[in-house]
Amino acid sequence: MATTVKIQVENNNPVVAIQGFLRGLLEDESLGGVVVPVHLFDKGIPMPTLVTDPDQLSGADPLAPAFPMNSAKLLSRLTRGQSGERIAVVMRPCEIRAFVELVKLNQGSLDDVIIVGVDCMGAYDNTDYKTFVDDRDSFEATLAFQGQHGGANETAVNGVDIAPACKSCEFPAPTNADIVIGLAGADLHDAIPVMADSARGEALLNSLGLPNMEANGRDTVLESLVKVRIEHRDAMIEATQAVTGTLSDLSEYLSSCVNCYNCRVACPVCYCKECVFNTDVFEHKPWQYMGWAKRKGSLKLPTDTIFYHLTRMAHMSMACVGCGQCSNACPNDIPVMELFRTVAARTQKSFDYVPGRSLEESPPLSVFKEDEFQDTVSHMV
Amino acid sequence: MSSEFEPTILAFVCNWCTYTAADLAGTSRMVQQPNLRLVRVMCTGMVDPKYIVKSLLSGADGVLVSGCHPGDCHYINGNYKARRRVKLLNEILPQFGIDRERVKLTWVGASEGNEFAETVNSFINEIRELGPMEARTMAAV
Repeated sequence: MATTVKIQVENNNPVVAIQGFLRGLLEDESLGGVVVPVHLFDKGIPMPTLVTDPDQLSGADPLAPAFPMNSAKLLSRLTRGQSGERIAVVMRPCEIRAFVELVKLNQGSLDDVIIVGVDCMGAYDNTDYKTFVDDRDSFEATLAFQGQHGGANETAVNGVDIAPACKSCEFPAPTNADIVIGLAGADLHDAIPVMADSARGEALLNSLGLPNMEANGRDTVLESLVKVRIEHRDAMIEATQAVTGTLSDLSEYLSSCVNCYNCRVACPVCYCKECVFNTDVFEHKPWQYMGWAKRKGSLKLPTDTIFYHLTRMAHMSMACVGCGQCSNACPNDIPVMELFRTVAARTQKSFDYVPGRSLEESPPLSVFKEDEFQDTVSHMV
Repeated sequence: MSSEFEPTILAFVCNWCTYTAADLAGTSRMVQQPNLRLVRVMCTGMVDPKYIVKSLLSGADGVLVSGCHPGDCHYINGNYKARRRVKLLNEILPQFGIDRERVKLTWVGASEGNEFAETVNSFINEIRELGPMEARTMAAV
């Protein structure tokens, strides 16, 4: 049905081929810039970069298994208000889903954005990425990671594997994108299919004048990928439930939390403009600390750790897309992603809500119906 | 054992309905157990989930949220919003061993002093049966 065009791959190098495709987008007069992960240094992690000069796309590496941050938050900055120009943004599926949630909260806009989604084979966390690259050239490492057959490559390299969030992610394929780069099932040494997934995407692809092709085998590869990941997710949820079933267990699970709030900063859907935990509400007085300590004989410092995490769960679990940036940002390697996804699985199910699924579905706590959740109300008389 | 435990209950009651009912229950000299601390709020729609979480972590054994009957909210729909928030906590808190029964939402209208007293008494009895909140005995919360 939808237009599928072909990116021809030369010299077994799909990264250069996609750079060429992005150059084509940037040269199209309807677009003023492209946001894509770019290697700005020989070594190091590719960072999301707003590129306006096609020549500077030579460092672009949209296929690198690096995920320094969820770009939904960055795109929110780029689209709150007008820049006067339309941009294309290359995103992972979880980044798109997070951005859809932000758009619903009026913290971003899709009006002047073309979302280019890429089939996601996962990414290493920030420290593991360096181990993964080792002393190789960054682009060589990317090519080795993707392999020849999209979605079929072994991800455990140099003693590290992709992040647990990626291993348990059931959304390797982008949803709500305008254009989808279909890596899964493609022969990455031959040609990569690019699908239009919206009317805007369709119009843009047609204007590029690329030859058409079929995305053969993509669905089968995605299906088996999803199957493995769901198994992994379910095992992860079960294991997390087993060690957090009581308040004491939860406290032990979070015992190395230092209240740095990095998980909140890294979270793309922690949406408050000012977090209550940064306000005067938590500027406790010395006599308060003494009083709390005396009540039980001791007081753990910093205080309010469990309170913070439970509050965050109440705020973001409905919108949690499972991108794993919370775990990536935790300085003490607490498996917070596992915890938040476990809670989110239940809250999202209870409101029949899938974050990022549709722009039409309102965030559950922003709406209500008159006749619902009768079980929640007790009648004691 | 359970006869020694006296629960502490915190209640967030709306100004327009349940608080008025509490007042009525008091002035009508209805017998209520003294385990309840009332917090008057303008509407149950302003009860942030973190108020309830904080209460439970800070020594409350149960939290009652009580407002106007559906359709009677002074602010049109605050009670419906409260219902979704309590529903959310009902899904989150039990995952950490906090019994669902500890967070209760009821509708008690301004003229229902009798219902208020009965609600309070039966909730206190229920929590007394259930025992103390785990956070009470934990050194670090």
